Amino acid sequence: MRPLGGVERVASPLRGMVQRFAFVLLIGAALTLLVLSKTGNLGIERMRSAIFEVATPVLEVLSQPAVAVNQAVDEIRELIFLRDENMRLREENERLRQWHTVAQNLEQENAVFRSQVSVRNEPQSYFVSARVIGDAGGPFIRTALINAGLKDGLVNGLAAVTSRGLAGRVIETGRHASRILLLTDLNSRVPVVIEGSRYRAVLEGDNSDTMHLNFLAAAAKLSPGDKVVTSGHGGVFPPGLPVGVVSSAKGGALRVQPFVDYDRLEFVRIIRYAFPQPDEVRKGIKP
Amino acid sequence: MTDVPLRIYLGRGLRATIPGITLLLCIFIASVPMGLPYLSDVTPFLSLMAVYYWSIYRPDLIPVVVVFLAGLLQDVLIGGPVGLLALVLVLVHGVGVSQRGVFLGKTFQVEWWGFGLVTVGAILFAWAVASIYFTTLIDSRAFVVQALLTVAIYPLVTRLFSLAARGLRAV
Repeated sequence: MRPLGGVERVASPLRGMVQRFAFVLLIGAALTLLVLSKTGNLGIERMRSAIFEVATPVLEVLSQPAVAVNQAVDEIRELIFLRDENMRLREENERLRQWHTVAQNLEQENAVFRSQVSVRNEPQSYFVSARVIGDAGGPFIRTALINAGLKDGLVNGLAAVTSRGLAGRVIETGRHASRILLLTDLNSRVPVVIEGSRYRAVLEGDNSDTMHLNFLAAAAKLSPGDKVVTSGHGGVFPPGLPVGVVSSAKGGALRVQPFVDYDRLEFVRIIRYAFPQPDEVRKGIKP
Repeated sequence: MTDVPLRIYLGRGLRATIPGITLLLCIFIASVPMGLPYLSDVTPFLSLMAVYYWSIYRPDLIPVVVVFLAGLLQDVLIGGPVGLLALVLVLVHGVGVSQRGVFLGKTFQVEWWGFGLVTVGAILFAWAVASIYFTTLIDSRAFVVQALLTVAIYPLVTRLFSLAARGLRAV
């Protein structure tokens, strides 16, 4: 440590005062921001998206080495379990081939039935693939950042899926990056149906690893292993996306285990899905 | 004013940004998905370490305004309430700067113990503010895991900080 010079000795108390003033001022500023953020202030949203635009390209670059390491680990693991994996895939292939035939038959049958009862066709949907470049890194929120944004046609509300099922929905969009609210987040609410029994419910996240089923009809009987899919109500998610399985159905605690493995979320696909609009529906009804 | 050659003057200027840069790096690295099993939703509170460490050893190089802005950046990256981490980090900076006399020149164990107290306080505070913000009691397990993880890797991370600090001796 340097000994204090003459100037510093005089300047020190003054400097201390300035620092204390700055400290109090910034605490006040942080509290004000919190209140404004809670009330959904437009200025805060603008500031948020301005910082988001600048910060996400940096994150995209920094996430590259992590991707490389993940890939290397995966490759080594694959090499070790090559024989087992091959065997498993052969069995799965056999099973899927049977399903393929079943699916083709059902598709044809379905098309015939649809034309007979003149059901309106489901709107076409298409996918945008994106890499996960950031996760929340905080215990009070469950979100992920992806490297697709407005330029790829993303808007808020679209569903994000992996090959296993629904992962979440887009809640914030920048030009090149967006944020996904995961199903497990505190603020996540998804209208679902129980496959088979067709009971409706709302799936709520609570920041834990599983989700809670709410607003389920009292008569509904669930058992662990029941599959939960999106219902399409509320016009946010397309119907029929796999979400998870009921993991415990004891008393009031109805927990659902998500299909998506959030520990290994590397790529997601965003579904761009056009919901039928009321005027189109009306047009469809007219003779 | 003593005559300082421009080269050294610039070198000092650059090195004076080391604390700020390590803080920024901590924030970005914490947001990069690591793909580690069981730890995807809890990452160590790296920025807390940077703020605590530098506010004890070089408070002159880590102004409170920088800490505030860094907190805002992390709030936006996480997507949580804007101002929450800015508030937490500014408070930790305040504690570090005012209590640095307690830790300077003491053993590392004392510094680590102090960090443990600060971490528990900061994370408890963050949990309380977030719970009020979302008007619900947030599942606290993830906070406990984060606190333990943060305190556990403090010695490792601060070894890197002290390597960086070696470059600061001349500043």
